Amino acid sequence: MNRYYWILGAFAALVVLLAVGLGLNPRDIPSPLVGKPVPAFKLAVLATPDKTFSPEDLRGKPWLLNVWASWCVSCRQEHPILVEFSKKVDVPLIGLNYKEVRGDGGFDMNKLPPEEESRLALQRANGWLRDHGDPYRLTAMDIDGRVGIDFGVYGVPETYVIDKDGIIRMKHTGPITPDVLAKKIMPLLAELAK
Amino acid sequence: MMLRVLFLSLCLLSSGAFASSAREAALAADPVAEKRLQGLSKELRCLVCQNETIADSNAELAVDLRREIRGMIADGRSDSEILDFMVTRYGDFVLYRPPVKGVTLLLWGGPVALLLLGLFLLVSYLRRRARRLAEADQPLSADDAKRAEALLKELEPK
Repeated sequence: MNRYYWILGAFAALVVLLAVGLGLNPRDIPSPLVGKPVPAFKLAVLATPDKTFSPEDLRGKPWLLNVWASWCVSCRQEHPILVEFSKKVDVPLIGLNYKEVRGDGGFDMNKLPPEEESRLALQRANGWLRDHGDPYRLTAMDIDGRVGIDFGVYGVPETYVIDKDGIIRMKHTGPITPDVLAKKIMPLLAELAK
Repeated sequence: MMLRVLFLSLCLLSSGAFASSAREAALAADPVAEKRLQGLSKELRCLVCQNETIADSNAELAVDLRREIRGMIADGRSDSEILDFMVTRYGDFVLYRPPVKGVTLLLWGGPVALLLLGLFLLVSYLRRRARRLAEADQPLSADDAKRAEALLKELEPK
């Protein structure tokens, strides 16, 4: 009899282990960039493509970087939350539009000249923000995805919290939910505002 | 059954088609550099489809990273510099053979620890069993023999 309790106990432990495993998000990979300076870049701004944005421009205050693209389905899911956020909170939210055209998969990149890709990217990104609302102070255009690689982007949408010294303090992969905003991002912003 | 066969063969066909197009692209450039690219991309995990290497994956990100590696090889960077580039951006998870350190200790040591635990349990079980069997082989003591006899007698039809 004693032995059966033992087996039952081992089985229960296995069930608990697997249940915990199922609850984990396999896409949630700890980013080595947390605690490191934000990668330097200089990219054209969506609204004013003759001007550029660089993280240096925001030195001295905490800000958010949100990686998005019009082809990204989960971005649509989190977008209303970002729009709400931008109305309520006075923290700069910068968009990083990631591979707007070549990430879509619907284009033959061998046949698309670079100028045409840039033009299409601006047109599509502007259209999307017109349709869904624009929560961003500005959006930087990472047309070929090279800046995305420096940020270790692997699943759009991604969101980074950067402090006033330009250090990445948090990275969230996947859409922002009200829960993530309330429990992770807002407390961190409150702490950074001190 | 038929459907399953059809589905499987379609899968095989399409993966074959992908592989050959990737190979064509790979053969395009300098063979030495391509060999290094192949070697490096087999060491790196594609973070989109997490159980594939960058060499095997056709995810957008894997294509981009292969392009980055190709660029770095052309720039004359060493293999370890290229792997460092990936690790500083994507973390140890990008390596198919992550380094042994604090957080990866369970990953590397876990299977060995489980094996040792299993061996220990097996040996202790076998020992206990042998002892039990040896005990069972002992002849009955005088008291027990008497009791057994009495019990047997009770059962006998009168």
